[in-house]
Amino acid sequence: MQNSNPNRKYVVGGIVLAVTLIYLLRLFYIQVIDKSYQLSSKNNSQLRVVEYPGRGMIFDRYGKALVSFEAVYDLLVLPQQLKPFDTLELCRILSVDPIELRESIKKAHDYSRYRQSAIVRQITPEQIAALNEKLYKYPGFSIQIRTQRKYPQSIAPHVLGYVGEVNQSDINADSYYQGGDYIGKSGLESEYEQYLRGRKGIRYMLVDVHNRLQGSFENGRYDTIAEPGRKLTTTIDAGLQEYGEKLLAHKKGSIVAIEPSTGEILAMVSSPGYDPNELVGRIRGKNFERLLNDSLNPLFNRATMSRYSPGSIFKTIQALIALQEGVIDEFYSVDCNKSIIGCHNHPNAHGLREGIMYSCNPYFYNVFRRIILQGKSTSVFKDSQIGLKTWYQMVCSFGLGQVLGTDLPGIKPGLIPDVAFYDKMHGVNRWAFSTIYSNSIGQGEVETVPIQIANLAAIIANRGTYFIPHFVKSIEGVDSIPEKFRVPMHTAVDTKYFDIVADGMQMVVNSQGGTGSRAQVPGVIVCGKTGTVQNSGRKEDHSGFFAFAPKDRPRIAIVAYVENSGAGGVYAAPIASLMIEKYLNGTITQTDKELSILEYKQF
Amino acid sequence: MANPRTSFIARLDWLTIILFLVMVGFGWMNVFASSRNEGTPGSLFDASQRFSKQFYFIIAALVIAIATLTIDGKVWSFFSFPIYAVTLLILPITILIGKEINGARAWIFIGSFTLQPAEFTKFATALAIAKLLSTYNFVVQKPRNLMQVGALLGIPMVLILLQKDTGTALVFLVFVLVLFREGLSWVFLFVAALAILLFVLTMLVPIPILLGVISMIALGLTWLYQRNLKFFYIGFLSLGGLFGLAFLGSKFLGSDWSLSRLFFLAAFLAFMIWLTIILRKRHNPLLIILLTWFGAIIFIFSVDFVFHQVLQEHMQSRINNILGLESDPLGKGYNLNQSKIAIGSGGFFGKGFMQGTQTSLNFVPEQSTDFIFCTVGEEWGFMGSLLVLGLFSGLIIRLIYLAERQRSTFSRVYGYSVASIIFFHFAINIGMTIGIVPVIGIPLPFFSSGGSSLWAFTLMLFIFLRLDTDRYQIVS
Repeated sequence: MQNSNPNRKYVVGGIVLAVTLIYLLRLFYIQVIDKSYQLSSKNNSQLRVVEYPGRGMIFDRYGKALVSFEAVYDLLVLPQQLKPFDTLELCRILSVDPIELRESIKKAHDYSRYRQSAIVRQITPEQIAALNEKLYKYPGFSIQIRTQRKYPQSIAPHVLGYVGEVNQSDINADSYYQGGDYIGKSGLESEYEQYLRGRKGIRYMLVDVHNRLQGSFENGRYDTIAEPGRKLTTTIDAGLQEYGEKLLAHKKGSIVAIEPSTGEILAMVSSPGYDPNELVGRIRGKNFERLLNDSLNPLFNRATMSRYSPGSIFKTIQALIALQEGVIDEFYSVDCNKSIIGCHNHPNAHGLREGIMYSCNPYFYNVFRRIILQGKSTSVFKDSQIGLKTWYQMVCSFGLGQVLGTDLPGIKPGLIPDVAFYDKMHGVNRWAFSTIYSNSIGQGEVETVPIQIANLAAIIANRGTYFIPHFVKSIEGVDSIPEKFRVPMHTAVDTKYFDIVADGMQMVVNSQGGTGSRAQVPGVIVCGKTGTVQNSGRKEDHSGFFAFAPKDRPRIAIVAYVENSGAGGVYAAPIASLMIEKYLNGTITQTDKELSILEYKQF
Repeated sequence: MANPRTSFIARLDWLTIILFLVMVGFGWMNVFASSRNEGTPGSLFDASQRFSKQFYFIIAALVIAIATLTIDGKVWSFFSFPIYAVTLLILPITILIGKEINGARAWIFIGSFTLQPAEFTKFATALAIAKLLSTYNFVVQKPRNLMQVGALLGIPMVLILLQKDTGTALVFLVFVLVLFREGLSWVFLFVAALAILLFVLTMLVPIPILLGVISMIALGLTWLYQRNLKFFYIGFLSLGGLFGLAFLGSKFLGSDWSLSRLFFLAAFLAFMIWLTIILRKRHNPLLIILLTWFGAIIFIFSVDFVFHQVLQEHMQSRINNILGLESDPLGKGYNLNQSKIAIGSGGFFGKGFMQGTQTSLNFVPEQSTDFIFCTVGEEWGFMGSLLVLGLFSGLIIRLIYLAERQRSTFSRVYGYSVASIIFFHFAINIGMTIGIVPVIGIPLPFFSSGGSSLWAFTLMLFIFLRLDTDRYQIVS
């Protein structure tokens, strides 16, 4: 069969010639015809320069800067241009470890020889000054300016959140980010990332053979201009916030203060906290690790994530619902009979106001029983279901059992049990009022987070309406804050009933025998209610107190929790009192009270 | 015809040798231009510079060339299988002890040198194939013999794929040209070409458009054969109607392409049934057109299905990378095809030797190795491109001519193998730099810097030149 296919040489040769011809045509096209590839021979190489805008500043409600930024410098390397250099000198200037530096360069080299990578981050201005003089000795290295966060007030770490390098999932979620970029990781930094980050600018520069800049590429046709981050003005009162942090120092607890007429959050304290400046720059990694492993959990925002039983604070809601349902009136009275549910020693409560004032447990046991068992069915199980269903809907109208739409990530919903909840827990028709009565005094299954209780204070202060608590007051370049923060929410209880509860709360603080007398503020009518959260017996009770003031035209609604510190009147009430005085009067006259709080240290 | 009794020197094919020397010389000029560092001229003999290293490589290559010419051609025929076996044995060693460069474990160290054994596997395989095809009674069309060929090609391919050196592994596919010359059915060449084309197109072109174009081609071919206008109109209208329906379907079904793809599949099945009814006469060419058309559609869908449903994400990404679809997601208008910008900016006459700016500033990756043609294009312009393409096609055609004049099957097959391998490298490498072929990292023979490739091609070429001088002696 030797040489049996002589004609096929033409086919093979034809394929070769055809490919050559196609390539020649293509080359003729891109080299001669298509002028878009033809840049002037002098300056036709582009350099991609990324410009990082300053991240938007964050201010308090009076325009005081809470978060600003300062310039920091990164050292970039283009591995392809590297030449042997004095490693030790460079390391000395930057105070980095030579081995680490070599590893970073190797990593950059492995990533791409033709792309710049940041190898030393967040270099101080002094180091840069020293480096700038010597940079000519280090071909392949260059300096890039970025900004980093700075916290002039060192307050509100949990609210402000922190900024960190993007991880892979951030990059996958939004193609805007590239490895090494920064992103708001928590708090307002994360919530308002879109506004705060601004927009990176990319400039394409022309460089000549000697890498000298020759101007912009194609007159900047492909450039994007860096846009600085927007300014964010928050509702925080820096002075109040700082004072709250001072009061809670060395205690486990939280404070949330809201302006009732707007829903603006004046202060949100969670203790223990940390200095936000600790999570910036090269020290961040080490400090973050330490905070993460701290047994007191300083990274945890107790104000939005701690789920407590509301305790006696919940009695105010029970009273409101009972009034609305018409199962009691303001004169409803109960003997303090401790045989069903325990109570402390106090005179019998005459009328609802005194019931609240004495925080009488049997009183609210009966109130709750009247709400749940309204006799709408002959079966006690069915009747409990009907009652609980109504009760659940009304409680939820107070913003409980759900995540409030507050502009802070990670808020917990708490828990308000409904029929389905108990059906699952005990079985259908296997539970009745007798199973769930603990909820009457805010124990049992109900759980709330402090910000919800602060909002409850705002609701009673407003006599039945509220605005979703929020931190945003204005954003630069945005006309108004989101609509959800501007529309009043209505509870299912009529305004007229709130006055009765407000009276009761006034008596809690200001009448002989009230449980919250330590919340008094000279010259101001404070309405409040204690809440002592039983803690499954192992540890001391949590102390809780919520209040609003003044009684008419309230300007502040507040909640304070101090964990494991006993009854609500002991520590939480005076803290609320001091915060109210600070906000309303600007100065503190109750110095003894202040001192006793400051001296109380849990750790 | 040269006289068999003339001297060895006279029997040498000097045209090929001149082409070889011009290519190596021009290649070195471009390696020099692309790897020089501005500011530090460096000595020509400073071995730390790439261009001076390449200079030594070229000297060594010339030594190899001369040495090869002195070895009797019968040696290669006699030892072809042992050589093949030895190079195969080295490959697994490379996988075990090799050095990883750019993700491929294909290099071994000899002192301070790195050697890429896979480069030598190509000529060894060419020898083995030549030997196999020249055995008595070997008929390419026989399935048993074809399987032997498949094994000879498959083993090195798999081993090289295990080194993750996909580019070099693909080179072995080019032996289909050699087999074709030796009598392999047209169908193989046709199917292979179609499959490659369709695979790349499926990745690059939206499927509905691809299906439409293929159908139009099939319809056009049918019409050419039938010369029946009425038939053509019916086909044209129904195809248009189907496209309209599918377009509406994709509009209403939203971006859920899988649904509209099903719609397409169903529509084309119906179309095929309709065609079969028309083709009851069983005209062979029409049936071939129909089958090819339908096979192509099935192939497209299966490629798409396998790619999106079966392959894992990182495998998809690798293929996309090979196809240049994902290599630089951030570049957009700017970074896209730096190599094209480099070549395109050369213009007709180029910027002149060492005047290239694109290439000297390293905007093009693998500047002096796989993308050496960018330097040619930028500094020598279209004239340089013309020269390089002329050199390559000239060499390949010359090799085919030389192969055809061999009397022994061994020499002829080997000659075709050399021509085909050089052709594959040439077509893929230059096609990649000008954006016609996906980015597959294989060197441009005699041009790209690096010792292994240069030596392997030199060895491969000069073995054939030696065989050519013996063309009157060996009659087997």
